[in-house]
Order: sequence, then structure tokens, then C-alpha cells
Amino acid sequence: MKLVNPLTAIFHPPPTPGVLGVFGHLDATLEAIGRLRGGGHVDFTVYSPIPRHEIEDALGQAVSPVRMFTLIGGIAGCAIGAWITLYMSYDWPIVLGGKPIGSIPPYVVIMFEMTVLFGALSTILGIGFNALFAARRLGTVAYDARFTNDKFGIFVPCAPERQGQIEALLRSTGAEEVRRA
Amino acid sequence: MAQAVVSEKAPVTRVTYDFVTRAITRTLGSPGRGYFALLGSAVALLGVGITCLLFLLRYGLGLAGYSHPVYWAVYITCFVFWVGIAHSGTLISAILFLFRSGWRTAVYRTAEAMTVFAVMTAGLFPLIHIGRQWYFYWLLPYPNERGLWPNFKSPLIWDEFAIGTYFTVSTVFLIMGLIPDIAAARDVATGWRKRLYAYTGLGWRGTNEQWRHYSRGYLYLAALATPLVLSVHSVVSWDFAMAIVPGWHATIFAPYFVAGAIYSGVAMVITLLVPIRKLFHLEELITVHHFENLAKLCLLTGMIVAYAYCTEYFTAWFGGHPDERAAFWYRAFGPFWWATWTMNICNAFLPQLLWFKKIRTNILALFVMSIFVNIGMWFERYVIIAVSLAGEPYERFANAPYNPTWADWGIMAGSFGWFFMWFLLFVKNFPAVSISEVKEVLPPPTRAKAVHA
Repeated sequence: MKLVNPLTAIFHPPPTPGVLGVFGHLDATLEAIGRLRGGGHVDFTVYSPIPRHEIEDALGQAVSPVRMFTLIGGIAGCAIGAWITLYMSYDWPIVLGGKPIGSIPPYVVIMFEMTVLFGALSTILGIGFNALFAARRLGTVAYDARFTNDKFGIFVPCAPERQGQIEALLRSTGAEEVRRA
Repeated sequence: MAQAVVSEKAPVTRVTYDFVTRAITRTLGSPGRGYFALLGSAVALLGVGITCLLFLLRYGLGLAGYSHPVYWAVYITCFVFWVGIAHSGTLISAILFLFRSGWRTAVYRTAEAMTVFAVMTAGLFPLIHIGRQWYFYWLLPYPNERGLWPNFKSPLIWDEFAIGTYFTVSTVFLIMGLIPDIAAARDVATGWRKRLYAYTGLGWRGTNEQWRHYSRGYLYLAALATPLVLSVHSVVSWDFAMAIVPGWHATIFAPYFVAGAIYSGVAMVITLLVPIRKLFHLEELITVHHFENLAKLCLLTGMIVAYAYCTEYFTAWFGGHPDERAAFWYRAFGPFWWATWTMNICNAFLPQLLWFKKIRTNILALFVMSIFVNIGMWFERYVIIAVSLAGEPYERFANAPYNPTWADWGIMAGSFGWFFMWFLLFVKNFPAVSISEVKEVLPPPTRAKAVHA
């Protein structure tokens, strides 16, 4: 029996079977997306060199959950800013002319800076969790180097026996090139 | 929108997605002799700065020309100058992003890189200035055996938090914007560069799922960076405004400093873009249109700065406080009159030339003017900080004459070397103009109206 390195399955998974279409035009890509969705496909991947609202609208995607990361990070930062300033003031009191030891107005500056700092860092985490780890998951999906340059692309995962049908669909909407993977 | 990127001379059809990728990734190739000459001079300047700094570390702050009551001088001036330079980068990348200004796409990467390197430069000066530089970590709130914490009522601690946050956020903002462009460079690169960009591109492929999270996240980062940039220079200004020195203690300082910061930063963007555009042949992407818009921004902020100068003198006179009046009289007609008038002429009078379209569209004229604005803005900080202290009217009899020394000038020169070295290394090794965002303002290729290279 042949021994399989278990790490290979994680880092070099076998390619997903499917069809990759390369498009030169945005409207052709949108048409193909519409036809695919009409045909009941949901799990296809669209590549584009730039973000376009038309593609987002055609896909009918939900709003990204990154905003929750930003909100929670910002609130946490504000709370941490309030906590460090107040805790540290009372832990080592500097009493000046009977003024309050923990004095909120100057601490608003620290609270504000911490809100921005934590909000920004957790936004980065949110993008990382959602987008970059998605890239890891997508490692098995066919890709073409021209997708970051000037071509749009659609990859439709499907069983080998249905590839012919998808290929015809992509070609009829104006794909410049269609490849089986 | 297309006109934003296309110069009048080039026909619209020339600038396609593919053209943008090739033109920008070309900057990563062999840069030619001019580039290495500039890099060499930057490193040489840095060497001068390091030598002076080593002397300063060995013999102490006595080498800087401090004399009672001028204990904040050239180093703090440089600190405020460099923090100010940083500001326009975030203005162009975040605020103009929220305002959906199409023209920002061609210049924002340069401005943002400038921000990061300017904050890196600025951050050195408080550390040089504190005297016992090896205790710099005392500024941080860390648990220690004496149970001491920093005084959060001090503007210096606010400043540390503001600068720290600003550096972190502007760095992640720059890196975030770079990811799709590094991926684009990866897909056309060969050899060791392909490996470098494959790692730094973090697996970017431009899928719908990636763009969905990325565009949202970028929007929130811009929304966080916008109040941040306004807060940072306000906090820097409070380092002075919270003190009772006449000439510092003014409520106008926060907006005055923010406008001045953006003003000097936009001037620095022009100073940097002119040679970069020439060296890397980016004339078709960074056009006269962009320079004209930068010049207009310069004119606007310059007018705000000029207005603040007038307000300062007016309130000093109208407020009727003898110490305040004496401080401003000393500023305009005292021994440092030359610094004050350099600042007034360079910042308030010279930029009025930008009202003329002929000047705004002449790149050489803009380059020269941007250098004058930078000189003027350096002197503005010098006048506010060192001259206000030198002219402190409380015990004039005890004021010693103040003169900066070679240690001041050497370290200042070194800071310019340090800044330009990082900047030049960056533009050579990473896309100096945003590839994906420049494409965004182009009309997308459609079947109806095909765009061919």
C-alpha cells in the first residue's frame, strides 16, 4: 500500500473539477453570471482585476461581515482606552489642587486614538479571516494569471459529465477562452 | 472619469487595463542611473545624520545649541515638520477616497508611502530630543517594579498615542492597498521577484469573495483614517497650545496645524512625484491634470494657513495682553525676523501665484514652488517653537541668545536622507501607482464599445 503524506492533502489538495471561462468584456461576464444563476448555479467564482458594483449586483451578494469586526474592534478599543487611563490614574494618583484624579476630558484623546487603532486592526483581521483564508480554500480552483491584468473570469465547479453543457453556456455568452479543469 | 487619467495628447484608447499593468510594473524594472544617483545622495545624507547622532549620543544634548529658555528647538521642529508631511498622504488616500475623487487614484500610492516614511522619520526626533535616548521606553504604559504609570493628562502622552496609532493605521492602510497590486505584479513578474510578490501578495486572486470583503474593509479603514488624520496634528498642536508660552497658547492651533500639515504634505507630494514621474516614465498615468489638482489643494490649504497667520497677529494685538503682543512683535521684528519673513513669503505670498492656470499646469514651476513651500513650512515650525521660546517675555533679561549648531543641522539633513532612502527603495520595489485603482477610473471593456490596446 502506498503511504500518503497527510500534509499533502492540506497544502496541495487535488484540483476541483470544473470549467474556467476567460472573458475580455465586463458585459459578457455579467451575462454569463446571470445565465449561470438562472440555471441554478450558486458556487461559481468570478475573477476580476478591479472591484465592480455590477458584478456584486449580478451575484446578489450579502454585505460583507467585515463591518462587524470594525464595530466590535472600535468599541473594544474605546473601552480599553477608558480602562487604561482610569485604572492607571487611580493606581498611581497624582493629586493636583484637588482636581479629580481620573479626569475624563483629557482621556477622551486616548479613548479616541484607541478606538481608531483597535477598529483598524480588527478590520484587517476581518478582511484576513474572510478574504485571505478564502484564498486558501480556493487554492484548488483553476486560475489564470491574466485575471489580475485585463481579463474577467468565471470558474464553475461541476462533475466531468456536465462540463460540456457549462462550456457551451460560457461560450454562448462570449467567453474568449474556455478550459476544463 | 476617463479624462482623469488620460492626458490631452494621448488618445483615450491607448490607456487600457493591460497598458496600466505594463506601465506600472515597468517601474519595478531597471531604474537607470538617475535613480541610483538620487539613492546614493540619500544614503550619503543619512550617513551625515548618523555621524552627528553618534556624537550626540556620546557627548549629550549640549552639542545641540540649547540655551535658556530654548530647550525645544530644531529636533522638535523637525518632528512637527515630518508629522505634517505625513498628513496629505492620508488626506489623498482616505478623505478623497470617501469623496470619490477619481483623480486621486494615480497619486495616492506615492502619497501614502510618503506618509508611512514621514511618520517613521518624525518618530525618531522625540527619541533624539529626550536626551537619555536609551530610556525611550519610559513613555510606554508598561507594568514596572515601582508601580509608575504615565501621566495621561499630559499632551506628550496623547501625542505618543496619536503618533503610534497613526503609524500603525497608515502602514496597514498602505499594505492593504498594495495587496491586489502586488498580485498583479506577481502575475507578470519572473524570477526572484515572482517569488517575492507571491509571498507578499498573500494569495490574492481577485475573486468575487475577496473583493467583497476587501472593498468593504477598505471603506471602513478609510472611514477610520479620516478622523485620525485630523486628530493627529491637532494633538501635535496641543503639545504647544496646552503650555502657557505666548505664541503657543492659542485655541486656533489645532485647525491651523492641520491645514499647515496638509499644505506641506501636498507640496511634498509634488516634490516627490515630479522626479518619480520622469525617472519611471509615468507621464501618461500621472498627468498635468493631477498636478493641477494638487496645486489647487495647495492653494486652498495655503490660504487657510495665510488666514491663520493673520488671525494670530490680529488676536495678539486685539487681545491686548502685553506679553502676547511682545511675543508677536519679537517674532516679526526681533532677531529672528528673517525666519518669520521666510515663512510668511514662502507660505502666504508665493502660493498666490497658483491662482494662475499657467503656473498650475507648469510642472517645473510647481516643483520649484513646492520646494519653497516646504522650506516655508519648516520655518513656520521653527518660528512657532524656537522663536516663541527665545522671545519668551516673562524674564527677558535671563534669555540667552539661541543659535542652532552643526549637530542640529546634521541630524536634520540625515532625516531627509532617511526619508528619501526609504521612499526610493519603495517605489523601485513595489507598485508606485495603484494598478487596480487606476483601472477603476477607466471605462470597463465592453462588447458594445470595445477598447483595444
